[in-house]
Amino acid sequence: MSTVTTSIVTPDGPVLEADYEMVSCTAENGELGILPGHIPLVAPLKVSSVRLQIKGRTDYVAVSGGFLEVRPDRITILAQTAESAADIDVDRAEQAKKRAEKRLQDKQANLDQIRAEQALNRAINRLEVASHSR
Amino acid sequence: MASLRDIQSKINSTKKTKQITNAMQMVSASKLTRAEQNAKAFVPYSEKMQEVVSQIAASGDATHPMLQTRAVKKTGYLVITADRGLAGGYNNNVIREVYRTIQHQHTSTDEYTVIAAGRFGRDFFKKNNLPIAKEIIGLPDQPDFADIKQIASEAVEMFLEEEIDELVLFYNHFNSAISQEVTSQKLLPLTDITPESGRSVQSMYEFEPDAEGILKVLLPQYAESLIYGALLDAKASEHAARMTAMRAATDNANERIDDLTLTFNRARQAAITQEISEIVGGAAALQS
Repeated sequence: MSTVTTSIVTPDGPVLEADYEMVSCTAENGELGILPGHIPLVAPLKVSSVRLQIKGRTDYVAVSGGFLEVRPDRITILAQTAESAADIDVDRAEQAKKRAEKRLQDKQANLDQIRAEQALNRAINRLEVASHSR
Repeated sequence: MASLRDIQSKINSTKKTKQITNAMQMVSASKLTRAEQNAKAFVPYSEKMQEVVSQIAASGDATHPMLQTRAVKKTGYLVITADRGLAGGYNNNVIREVYRTIQHQHTSTDEYTVIAAGRFGRDFFKKNNLPIAKEIIGLPDQPDFADIKQIASEAVEMFLEEEIDELVLFYNHFNSAISQEVTSQKLLPLTDITPESGRSVQSMYEFEPDAEGILKVLLPQYAESLIYGALLDAKASEHAARMTAMRAATDNANERIDDLTLTFNRARQAAITQEISEIVGGAAALQS
């Protein structure tokens, strides 16, 4: 099966670069599955997991604040943070989740509310992705 | 002339100072290497970002407030300095440049506001009663994107909510280990994003949902990444400046130790000579 070179890049450096048969991710408008030879496409991604498939194996990467750029021979995901399943610190994510939940409970200014929700989202996403590595 | 013991103690204290400056120089040198690596790791992200943003912006039919120049009622200055001194002219150069620009361009404090990154800048603006909108201190020597994310997005938000009508960045640009120069960069509105010519035809993108929707997500991220890039640049400059300053200090200490040693030896010899002549004089007096 043909493959497509995929790279995930963050401001702190490249996270992953390898060939995959299929890349699935969650864009703002819904699920996207990209196969080799896709037409050029740009789409923002939700805080979500990116699933990369090769030879029956699936790699998971948690991304936030990212978007997807597709070319026929190349997929680039630019994200503000990206961590592959094995790199995620589960304890930290758990703590972040608890913190965010606590902050959501004592209702303060609106802005804090939104931030806490985003933080919670990110933490849940990380934990979800990390669960695939075991 | 100072006594032998005074000179000796001066030599000792200078030697201790030298040890410290020497150590600081080496620490800064290793931090500089790390900072350069960080800056290098950031390049692929920023290049790709630039490429995509400029292509979308160049496709023409999409507009976004961050791309449009509006009448400037209030300017935001984002000033990046260090938290600590002992870095030669590093902090002062930036601050002086910002201060001069402000004095030159504005007549009242309503026309501008400062976003201060770094303790030195913040303290200066506070002391001189300049308006500070936001501040961040205690940035680590090797900052992650997460460290700067909040203040960067707040700065971008201020622009989007029309609290400020332009955002100008002031920081030390890293030329080389011995040369850094103060740079001012107009960050917002984003006016100078143009694609490299000749390759726009090859990659016309499909947009999901549409070009405008993407710009809305992408442009703030792009601006934030520019701020992060400037911070990395500034950090590399800071370490380089500190390294140079500490090397100069070590050299000066060496020179001073040499001078003092010379004085010490002269004084020692003078004392011996005097002693001898006293003995000889005493002996001669006894003989006669």
